[in-house]
Amino acid sequence: MIRGKVHKYARDNIDTDVIIPGPYLKIMDHNELAKHAMEGLDRDFVKKVKKGDFILAGRNFGCGSSREHAPIALSYAGISAVLALSFARIFYRNAVDGAYLLPIEIGEDAYNEIEDGDELEIDLDRNEVRNISRQKVYVMKPFPPLIKRIIEAGGLFNYTPE
Amino acid sequence: MCGMTITEKILARASNRERVSAGDVVFANVDKVMVHDVSGPGVMMVLRELERRGKKIERVWDPDRVWIAEDHFVPAVDKISAENIMTLERMSERFGIKKHFRYGMGQYGICHTLSHEEAMVLPGEVYVGGDSHTNTTGALGCFATGMGHTDIAYVLIHGRIWFRVPETLLFKLEGSIPPYIMAKDIILKIIGDNGTDVANYKAMQFAGSAVRAMPMDERFTLTNMTTEAGAKNGIIEADEKTIEYVRERTDRPFKAIKGDEDAEYEEVFTYEVDRLEPIVAKPHSPSNIAYARELSSVEIDRAYIGSCTGAKYTDLLEAAKIIKGKKSKVRLEVLPASQSIYIKALRDGLLSIFLEAGAVIGPPTCGACCGAHMGVLAKDEVCVSTTNRNFPGRMGHVESKTYLASPKVVAASAVTGRITDPRDV
Repeated sequence: MIRGKVHKYARDNIDTDVIIPGPYLKIMDHNELAKHAMEGLDRDFVKKVKKGDFILAGRNFGCGSSREHAPIALSYAGISAVLALSFARIFYRNAVDGAYLLPIEIGEDAYNEIEDGDELEIDLDRNEVRNISRQKVYVMKPFPPLIKRIIEAGGLFNYTPE
Repeated sequence: MCGMTITEKILARASNRERVSAGDVVFANVDKVMVHDVSGPGVMMVLRELERRGKKIERVWDPDRVWIAEDHFVPAVDKISAENIMTLERMSERFGIKKHFRYGMGQYGICHTLSHEEAMVLPGEVYVGGDSHTNTTGALGCFATGMGHTDIAYVLIHGRIWFRVPETLLFKLEGSIPPYIMAKDIILKIIGDNGTDVANYKAMQFAGSAVRAMPMDERFTLTNMTTEAGAKNGIIEADEKTIEYVRERTDRPFKAIKGDEDAEYEEVFTYEVDRLEPIVAKPHSPSNIAYARELSSVEIDRAYIGSCTGAKYTDLLEAAKIIKGKKSKVRLEVLPASQSIYIKALRDGLLSIFLEAGAVIGPPTCGACCGAHMGVLAKDEVCVSTTNRNFPGRMGHVESKTYLASPKVVAASAVTGRITDPRDV
């Protein structure tokens, strides 16, 4: 069970160039990358985020580059999960295999009704997203079996294939 | 039971299964893996962390299957990028990786050009790279896909990785390609019509008479840009042209694979290319398309001919044909994708044409395509570019504007100073 405040960006195609712009790709220090998270979209993002918070966004979150810097920057800025209508494939596998944050697929109802600043609770056992601020419960898309096992193991390197 | 697509067949072979179907999750053996000066240092960081936690890493699974490119921040842009190059040096030294293409030491360039120019990857193989445009190499008829550095580190140690077998979208490109149209126009049209996530988690396969007629350079533009439609991989079955291309470069054995006649495609899209018009993707998405002629009032500050998508030999040649004997009205940059393309363009007189038009010629590098260096854009600057992405801030300032287009359109636009259809110069 994880709990935090949500930062809503009501748009599709939030790409890796706005999550962490290209010039920072040469930087490998995770905390340094975190200082520039979401810089291309919201310069105040880093100031607003507290450890454990969530991002809520539309379709195709994380599209673009394979840069693992994207989930790293978000994770080290404090984000524990991104809730989105869908994820670009490389961002999704980077988030899971590197155990940086949870990519959680939600439906239109949750996307439309959850507002910026709402307090959420994510229950992975019941596949539920609970909006504490508004007393509403939403179903999240369950993780496919392999993805769930990698998440439970704490990343791909801790996972032993059957 | 229906047959398998080429992507399914390659993944079945690599995971030692009789058959796989879209949706299956497999651990597949990898034939080739690539890192560059962004993903390589990331991989080394992952390995260091594993060692810190007590894992012994003495070797990579097969150093002959690993290769290294220096392309994003080269020649070294600053101290950090110089350190990253040194990390690559230590990586190839430590693990005995022989195929390391160093700038300033002969052939080097953008990884997605070297992958086929140097026959690093062969038809039928499973190829993963630490870069999203690894999809490019699928035009050889291999399964090629991009990953982050944790996944690449995992492949370096284990030689295998998990894949969800993708559904395939088949794009049949039929008819004859008009002389003012390039593969870039076709793929921008496809992305514009179908959106930047139409192929998310899926394979995009190209077939048809127009694809068969294309030179290999143009086919690589199609598969390169599948990344911009979200695709896991782009793929084109090898034909005589492919085989000849590979054979000119290596005598290593390979087995070209074709999909079954009764393979199942999730969806088939047919495009008649005869009547296509030159297309441009406006800021800030590759799907935000318009005809070049609709944008003829858009004044530009910069014209950029570079990147894995737009600086292959054919790209330079087509741009040079339009620019020859004319002057560029805007800042024009040309960065050949590799040293060998640079040399050929020099010998064939293409570089003189660009230089006399006023261009600056840069070294092979990803350069300003990813906003790294070599001509990044200022606030409000407008650039028409042969590259593959125009997200906010992609080529520099977050309020700069990039229009994506074919090398012909970029060349025509440089000559007029406005976005220009190549038929209008």
